Amino acid sequence: MKSLKLSLVSAALLGLYGAQTAHASGELNIYNWSDYIAEDTIANFEAETGIKVVYDVYDSNEVLEAKMLAGSSGYDLVVPTADFLARGFESGAYQKLDLSRLANLGNQSKAVAAQAEQTVGDDNSGVVYMWGTTGVAYNVDKVAAILGDDAPTDSWSLVLDPQYASQLADCGIAILDAPTDVLPNVMAYLGKDGRSTDAADLQAAGEVLNAVRPHLRYIHSSQSINDMANGDLCAAIMWSGDAFQAAYRAEEAENGQVIDYYIPNEGTNMWFDMMALPVDAKNIDNAYKFIDYMMRADVAANNVNYVWYASGNDAANDMIDPEILEHPGIYPTAEAQKNLFVVPVYDAKTDRVINRVWSRFSAGN
Amino acid sequence: MGEQIQRLFYHYGKWFIIGLPLLWLMLFFMFPLLEMAQVSFTEARRGIPPFKPLWGFGEDGFFTNFTLGNYQLIYDFYEDYLGPALNSLRIAFFSTLFCLFFAYPMAYWIARSPDDMRHILLILVLLPFWTSSLLRMYALIGLLNPNGFVNGMLLWLGVIDTPIPMMQTDLSVYLGMLLTYLPLMILPLYATLTRLDHSLHEAASDLGASSFTIFFTITIPLSLSGIIAGCLLVFIPAVGEFVIPALLGGPDQVMLGKVLWTEFFRNRDWPVAAAIALILMVIVTGPIIYMRYIDRGDDREGEQV
Repeated sequence: MKSLKLSLVSAALLGLYGAQTAHASGELNIYNWSDYIAEDTIANFEAETGIKVVYDVYDSNEVLEAKMLAGSSGYDLVVPTADFLARGFESGAYQKLDLSRLANLGNQSKAVAAQAEQTVGDDNSGVVYMWGTTGVAYNVDKVAAILGDDAPTDSWSLVLDPQYASQLADCGIAILDAPTDVLPNVMAYLGKDGRSTDAADLQAAGEVLNAVRPHLRYIHSSQSINDMANGDLCAAIMWSGDAFQAAYRAEEAENGQVIDYYIPNEGTNMWFDMMALPVDAKNIDNAYKFIDYMMRADVAANNVNYVWYASGNDAANDMIDPEILEHPGIYPTAEAQKNLFVVPVYDAKTDRVINRVWSRFSAGN
Repeated sequence: MGEQIQRLFYHYGKWFIIGLPLLWLMLFFMFPLLEMAQVSFTEARRGIPPFKPLWGFGEDGFFTNFTLGNYQLIYDFYEDYLGPALNSLRIAFFSTLFCLFFAYPMAYWIARSPDDMRHILLILVLLPFWTSSLLRMYALIGLLNPNGFVNGMLLWLGVIDTPIPMMQTDLSVYLGMLLTYLPLMILPLYATLTRLDHSLHEAASDLGASSFTIFFTITIPLSLSGIIAGCLLVFIPAVGEFVIPALLGGPDQVMLGKVLWTEFFRNRDWPVAAAIALILMVIVTGPIIYMRYIDRGDDREGEQV
C-alpha cells in the first residue's frame, strides 16, 4: 500500500533510529497510565537493578492502541485495559507472556485473574496490574442540598434519570467519554444484561443517554477529576480511582467539598489494566524483571496506597492501608461483587453499533 | 578547482536552493497526504496497520482493496457528521470575525505608533505565543469556572447571586479561539498597515473627507490583502480545531476535529477518519480559492490604476 519511495525513506529513518538505540541493553521503555504508580516505584526499581527506565504516560486506552496498531512504538511494557489487550492481541500487537519467568506470579489473586480471563481468554497475554469499577462520584453536600433525602445515592438513576439529572444540571453532571464503560452500565440500569451485545439493547441504552444529554455539562474522561474536586460538578459517572483522586484533591485543598463514590446497586462493570509486552519490544528481559518486581507484595502495596485502585495482587493485602482495603468503593463487599460483571470483547459488528450509538450521543443532532 | 565549484554552484545552485524545501514538502506534506488519500479508499481490519493495503502483489498477482465504502458510510450517516461540520464552520467563521474585529484596531494602533514603541507592542502581541497554548486554556478555565475568578469577583461585588455558567458554552469556546488566534490576525494586518502610504490620508483629509470616510474608502480597501491573509490564517486552523472545544466546550460545541478523533482512536476506523479528513480539506480549500480569487482581482485593479 505504501509507495516504494515512502517505504524506502521510512526504512532509512528507522534504520538511523535503530542504530542509535539497539546497543543500549540496560534500558526499559514503559508506557503507563498517568498517575498510576507510586512516586518512588521507578526510582526504587532503577536503584535495585541498575536498569535505566524511560517512563511515559497516556490518559486513554485509545491513544495507546493507536500507537500499538501503528507499530514500532519503541515501548517494552504497556498497560492496556483487558478488552483493548484482547483486541490488540488478536491484531498481533502483543506477545504471549512466558509465565515461568515470573517468580512472583503466585502473589497474584487467582479470583481476579480468573475474572480478567473472561475478557482476555487464556492466551497469557498479560497479568493484572490494578482493577476497578465504573460508578458514580458525587458531591455529598451539594446533592443533599438539591435533592434532600430522596437522592438515590445508590443507583445509576442519580445521573441517568432525567427527573434527578434535570435538578442537578445547574450544579453540573458529567459522563465518561468511554462507550464500553458506559453503555453496558446503562443496560444494567435498564434491568438488562450488561453484557448484552444485542443491537436493540445497545440502542435502548443510547436513548437513555440522549434523554439525559440536555442536562450534561460535558462528556469527557479526565476533566471531571479536577472539576469534581473544585466543586464545579455535582455528580459524574467516573472510574473508581479517579473519583477517589478527586476526593483526595478536595481534601488536600481544604475547600470544603466532600466527594464520595458508590457502586450502583443495579450493578456495574469491573475492568482490569494488564501489564503486557508489545510484539516488537526490544528489552524483553528487563520488561519481565519489571513485571516481576511490580508483583512483589511490598511494591504492589506501595502502589495501591498511592493510586487507590484495587491490586491484582493478593499478597499485598497485609500492607495495604486499611482505609483502602475496607472501602466498599475500592474493594467491593461480597454483596456488591455479585452485581459486578465483565464486559465482553465485542466483535466488529457490535463495535459498529456501539460506535453509531455513541457518535449520536456525543455529537448530538 | 575553486572556480569549477563556483561554476557548478552557479549552474545547479538554484536547484539546490529550490530542491531542499521541495524535498521537505514532498516528504512531510505530499507523501502523508497521498498516504491518507490511499487509506480513505481501503477497508478497516484488525491488525497492524488497522487497514487493508489499497493494492499490492499477492500469490495471485496484483490485487486491490479499493472501495468507496467509507465515503458511502459518511453519506449514509450524514446526520451524525453534519451537526459537527456545521458547528465547525459556525465557530470558525465567528472566531475569524471576532479576531478581525479586535485585531484591526490593535494592528492599526501598532502600525501608527512611533518606531521604538512599535517593537515593544509587537513583542507584547507575540508574548502569549511563547507559553504553551494548553496552559493558556487552563488559565481561561480558572477564570471562567463556576467557582472561578470572574464569578467569584462578581459574587463578592454583589452583582450576581448565583454563578453565571460560562464554561462549556459558546462564550468560553470563542474566548479560547480569540486568545489563541488573535496574533495570527494582528501580524498580517500590521504588515499591510505599516506599508500604507500616509500621504493618501493627508490628501483625502485636505480634500475634506472625514476620518470615517477615509477609513472606509482608503484604509480598509488598501489593507484588504492583510485582512484576507489574516482571515485565512485564523479560519483554516479554527475549522479543524480539536483542543479548544474539547477543553472549553460542552456537548453543544462538538466540532469535526472531535469526530475525527472518535473515528480514528475510538472506532479504530482509520479509513473513515481519513475520508473525513479529506472532506474537511475540501471544505477548507473552497474559501481559500475564493479568497485568492478576490485577492487576485484586487491586484489586477491596482495594476490598471
